[in-house]
Amino acid sequence: MKLNDLVEELSLEAKTFKEGLQNEIAGAYVSDLLSDVMGNSKKGDVWVTLQTHLNIVAVAGHAGLAGIIIVGGRQLQEAVLQKAEAEKITIMSTPLSAFETAGRLYKLLT
Amino acid sequence: MPLNIDENIEGSFQVIGGNFDKAGEASSQLKLKLFEVGADEDVIRRAAIATFEAEMNVIIYAAAGRLQYLITPSYIEIRIEDMGPGIEDTDQAMQEGYSTAPDWVREMGWGAGMGLPNMKKNSDKFKIDSIVGEGTTIEMIMNFP
Repeated sequence: MKLNDLVEELSLEAKTFKEGLQNEIAGAYVSDLLSDVMGNSKKGDVWVTLQTHLNIVAVAGHAGLAGIIIVGGRQLQEAVLQKAEAEKITIMSTPLSAFETAGRLYKLLT
Repeated sequence: MPLNIDENIEGSFQVIGGNFDKAGEASSQLKLKLFEVGADEDVIRRAAIATFEAEMNVIIYAAAGRLQYLITPSYIEIRIEDMGPGIEDTDQAMQEGYSTAPDWVREMGWGAGMGLPNMKKNSDKFKIDSIVGEGTTIEMIMNFP
């Protein structure tokens, strides 16, 4: 399954690096603790979080994640969008809560 | 498979304390270097994560630090030396969940007490030395498969 296949089901809006919507998803990981994501996510996971600051880009890049889903319709600052674009990290946002996003993802991916 | 390089590769980066916006730059550079020399992807991921965690610790706790790396055909060695407050009890600091990070750092999702355990988990060899009032030095080695 590709990130693109999640767009409709999760009401996603791609914010950065739209080419990455073609990325294959290995699984998903839900956490707002950045070291937890780096320690326990798997390469190719899509990451669900409410964190929106600059460091999420490096976390996703270092952990080799397929993309980031920002929940609750939280807004991203311009500097974050620019960095994600430069680092080729696909950030998407959804108005759904983390609970709802995770629930729908679980159904789609298992 | 050992890395196909003619000679060892060395490099270093300065990391400035408090500079969250630059966090991940040293580890990104190292990651690129490892890609360039064709290192194993799993080792690259482990080295990038462990180095990023080490970088974060310098940024969160220290005034400044220096990151050095050595790439040989069979392993990568990463050494991070900081001018920070030091750690009184390194065994306690190695326990998952133990952290002295301030609240605002925790609100960013850092300071969960997982950084040092993550570094150890991603290394084949891990060593931490710390002197209170002087700083902390971490050495990590990842072997190429």
